[in-house]
Amino acid sequence: MARLRGHNFVVANLLMGPTMLWLVLFLILPLGVILVYSFGSRGTYGDVILGFSFDNYLRAFNPTWLPIILRSFGFAAVATILTLLLGYPLAYFIAVYGGRRKNIYLIMVMLPFWTSYLIRTYSWIVILRSQGVINTVLMWTHLTSNPIEILNTPYSVILGLTYGFLPFMTLPLYASLEKLDKSLIEAAWDLGATRFWALMKVTIPLSLPGIIAGTLLTFIPAVGDFITPDLLGGPNTMMIGNLIQQQFLSARDWAYGSALSFSLMAILLLGIFFYVRKAGAENLA
Amino acid sequence: MKRLDKELRVMVVDGLGGPMTRRGFIKRAGAAGLLVGASGFLAACGGGETTTTTAAGGGGGELAKELYFYNWSDYIAEETIPTFQDEFGVKVVYDNYSSNDTLLAKLQSGATGYDIIVPTDYMITTMLGLDLLQEIDLANVPNVANLYQRFREAPFDPGNKYSIPWQWGTTGIGYNSVKVPDFKPSWDMLWDEKYKGKITMMNEIRDVFAVALFRLGYSPNTIDPKEIEEAKQMLIAQKPVLKHYTSDTYIDELASEDSWLSHGWSGDVLQAQMENEAVLYAVPEEGSLTWVDCMCIPKGAPSKYTAEVFMNYIQQPEVAAGITNYVYYASPNEKAEEFILPEILDDPQIYPPQEVMDKLTFLEELGTDTELYNAAYQELRAS
Repeated sequence: MARLRGHNFVVANLLMGPTMLWLVLFLILPLGVILVYSFGSRGTYGDVILGFSFDNYLRAFNPTWLPIILRSFGFAAVATILTLLLGYPLAYFIAVYGGRRKNIYLIMVMLPFWTSYLIRTYSWIVILRSQGVINTVLMWTHLTSNPIEILNTPYSVILGLTYGFLPFMTLPLYASLEKLDKSLIEAAWDLGATRFWALMKVTIPLSLPGIIAGTLLTFIPAVGDFITPDLLGGPNTMMIGNLIQQQFLSARDWAYGSALSFSLMAILLLGIFFYVRKAGAENLA
Repeated sequence: MKRLDKELRVMVVDGLGGPMTRRGFIKRAGAAGLLVGASGFLAACGGGETTTTTAAGGGGGELAKELYFYNWSDYIAEETIPTFQDEFGVKVVYDNYSSNDTLLAKLQSGATGYDIIVPTDYMITTMLGLDLLQEIDLANVPNVANLYQRFREAPFDPGNKYSIPWQWGTTGIGYNSVKVPDFKPSWDMLWDEKYKGKITMMNEIRDVFAVALFRLGYSPNTIDPKEIEEAKQMLIAQKPVLKHYTSDTYIDELASEDSWLSHGWSGDVLQAQMENEAVLYAVPEEGSLTWVDCMCIPKGAPSKYTAEVFMNYIQQPEVAAGITNYVYYASPNEKAEEFILPEILDDPQIYPPQEVMDKLTFLEELGTDTELYNAAYQELRAS
């Protein structure tokens, strides 16, 4: 990259300045506070006593949490795969066949964002519950004699996550499919590839950056989500996000909560690092 | 008490027409409010200073222009604040929260500017431990004399030095009397295999453990690790029959019959009852928790004197009764009894009979021992 000098240097700083300030004030600084807290301990009445001990981290790597951790990663992984399976054809359709209606389709993908996530998750309760929309229809048409219990199970949590994060998957996929040079696909056909193999060997590899971005944008927030398992979950669907939230609110152990947050962040960063490296390498090959 | 879904539910209730008794009363109370307002107006004309007949004497001061009041959501009568504003010429800025944890987190993170907050009993101990509250000048709150004796000498604040009770209630079981015909007032119901998938527990650490501890015959404030462990095992054994842990959605679920047996707060269950007559509330025989939310003045409150005048106003019998008639929680104000609707005063779900009262306990703040419960609860939820 070319070194910036004189006028360009000033302009670059003016452009980057606000963002950097924002990041320092609202990301680095709070993270620093959490880091400092994570070495402290809980006071008698739930205040934070600053100190320097690794106790919270030792407690964080507690076998008790293993089911919660596995569950969080499992739910998030399944939800990510489902959003990919649903989002890819959708993004492909908009990018390739959208034509003049492209923008309308894209607005439709983003439309749910105009309503609060809380309200949208609540509507799933109305849809799924035993006196809800789905069960009423099933019972009325005599397809089932008893309501199916979907709400408050792992399935409803995964459904909620998939629904909530679908746009995060669809939009980056669309961005990379839209840029895709259609003549490359035609070339594959000309060279004898069936439609299936052209998709597998040309379209999907070329949209890999979109797939990587989409999976990251879906998986990371899904692992840490706490609203969905709180509202749609049952007795056995607690996720890491709930555990951390509980430390900050009802348990009032901010030091421990901070250590848990940092541990989760470390695990995710490590995972992302290897994922991007692996996926990136394949992308280039 | 927790009201995440309040707005949604209000829409549903209002859409259905709502319970007539309550609406009818609001009109009457409005008229009563006018009368109170008028007397205040006369007092103001006569005395020049806006100290009314009830807020007499004491370390006075000037009334502030505005009073910042931070209370639980949906926990006040419609006329309570307007009447105060008219009577005293103080504008009340009213804000809501939905849990003690939120309130505390906000105060701890340095939120100031509130004159009155309404924490629950044990939380007052916590806040005192964290040095977040100011002593109240009771000379400005003579109406404290209207309180029942047991609220004058509550264990968490004997003598009301830091807190003036707002409303109180109990914790118990909300149940659907049609779906659960064999209901008996016992915590055992929440373990009944027959109602698998129709049972909910609150998502509150101490409250959940209190249920198992009462069932085992222990104190809900025990700090014996063996008793807590026993309670944890009992609660783990309960998980297969549970629908989920929830502190707010159970009101809806009881009303819509998605849950038939819910561990919950008295007033919340009664809200479900207004939507579905089959829903009833009972305090189990093994004993249960009682709680009282109290008005307190946080450190750094801009208008302490005005806050005390407001507290005194709230403890006027008519005003205290107005709140109870509206929110269906019991009033700590004994003199208010004559203004409380008989249907509320005679309702054992709101005002429990003496034999039930005898078995009610407050939760106590346990300091460092709280961690015993925190750890056990997380093990329960993780299992």
